[in-house]
Amino acid sequence: MLELIDISFKRDNKQILEKINLKLDLGKFYVITGPNGSGKSSLAKIIMGIEKPDSGKILFNKIDITNKSIDERARMGISFAFQQPINFKGLTVFDLLKIAINKDLTKDKACDILSKVGLCALNYVDREVNNSLSGGELKRIEIATVLARNPKLAIFDEPEAGIDLWSFQNLISVFKYIQNNFQGITLVISHQERILNIADQIILFNNGKIEKIGNKDNMMKLIIKKETCCKGVELCE
Amino acid sequence: MNKIDENLLNNIIDNNILESDSYNIRKNGQVTKRKTNPYIDIITKKDGTGIDVYVKDNTLFGIIDIPVIITESGLKDVVYNDFHIGKNANIIIVAGCGIHNTSKDDSSHDGIHRFHLKANSKVKYIEKHYGSGKGSGEKNLNPITEIEMDEGSSMTIESVQIEGVDNTLRLTKANLLKNTTLIINEKIKTSHQQHAKTDFVVTLNGENASCHITSRSVAIDNSYQEFNSIITGNTKSFAHVECDAIIQNQAAIKAIPQIFANNVEANLIHEAAIGKIAGAQLVKLMSLGLTEKEAEETIINGFLK
Repeated sequence: MLELIDISFKRDNKQILEKINLKLDLGKFYVITGPNGSGKSSLAKIIMGIEKPDSGKILFNKIDITNKSIDERARMGISFAFQQPINFKGLTVFDLLKIAINKDLTKDKACDILSKVGLCALNYVDREVNNSLSGGELKRIEIATVLARNPKLAIFDEPEAGIDLWSFQNLISVFKYIQNNFQGITLVISHQERILNIADQIILFNNGKIEKIGNKDNMMKLIIKKETCCKGVELCE
Repeated sequence: MNKIDENLLNNIIDNNILESDSYNIRKNGQVTKRKTNPYIDIITKKDGTGIDVYVKDNTLFGIIDIPVIITESGLKDVVYNDFHIGKNANIIIVAGCGIHNTSKDDSSHDGIHRFHLKANSKVKYIEKHYGSGKGSGEKNLNPITEIEMDEGSSMTIESVQIEGVDNTLRLTKANLLKNTTLIINEKIKTSHQQHAKTDFVVTLNGENASCHITSRSVAIDNSYQEFNSIITGNTKSFAHVECDAIIQNQAAIKAIPQIFANNVEANLIHEAAIGKIAGAQLVKLMSLGLTEKEAEETIINGFLK
């Protein structure tokens, strides 16, 4: 279980997150949504240790991880798929998966992981993780590195960002697979209705605070109502 | 061969040299072992300054190993090697130099390699440089590679200098005729107070000549590297030069690209990027469980792979 207690985070004199309290349970698929700049990605980075909160505490399976480094958290079972996948000159998809899985990796096993994200593995294992791959391919490789770790908590920061519609269709299948098969906690930051539709619980962020948490049906009604009310410009009360 | 010789050879040549088709081992300025075959001949120059390697027309899949090892401190070895590659031949040449220096005297090897590629021949040239030994004397390597490419020929150069060489001044010159392709992949890592300077001068003189140069280098500690390239397109031709470098600590790298399109059909591209390891790369690998130090090593080793 992941528990956030009074997490606050300020940057450049702007309050990004204000006293966030949240409990995430094992086996559930959570989606955080909300307007741009509402603090969603900052919270995800704070959970992974990429950013440090100004105050508050993070408990992961009852252990205080607030001051633990990124790699310590990774070794405890937290994994993070970046919004903008990172390029590595010289490192291949196989190299990255081998690091992710942290043990001997065969080409067969690598292929098995890549097929879960809809990539025809033999075409990819020896490719460099660089700009020669499309945005959709890089995104799916990024997700594959998270799946390879079989984490206890998997965080996906706006997986739909920067990919075309065709790749997005495939991405939805990947998240449906995760929803059906993944035993740990899944936390996805997303604006996409089709990802929200997969969620067990939706967490609505606004102005650095959690506005509401609820099951998919209730939350979708609320979100659609807000969109209609505000014509997609801004959330209103 | 003693253990030091074997270690030097293992660091510059991947295969077991004594099992090769043909080879010429030069140690401390003298030829110690040589093997030839009916297709590949190796002859010592009359003035003793080096060797001539003759590859017959239509020779396929020939492999020639020509390592140089230096274990005598203070030796300044200069060698001229000429490679005459026959028409339609397809061969691999594995060269390289390993210097072991345990004393205070500087050791150096200046290898002047001249390639004459006849029409439609193909050459892959692999060159590794390596230095070992804890003496205060420097280990210096200054290779010069001159390439003449006749119509339809192609050449790929894989050049690696990963550690232990104090000073390097490399010069690669090539003249490309019609329908020729030259591919150069160079990898250099320097540390401590080491200096490495590498110059490429390529002239595209034949229609549809193409040249691709990729340089990846890492400079750490107080080391210094310089990359110069002068590519001239005198006709309808193509060139792509890519220089990527990572610097750490107090190291410095200078890249001076020059592309000269001397014909409206010449298409010449140069890309250069120098910088420290991207923070996002470190964060990504740490999120996969590597410590910061492991992540740094993984990025550098991958970059130079």
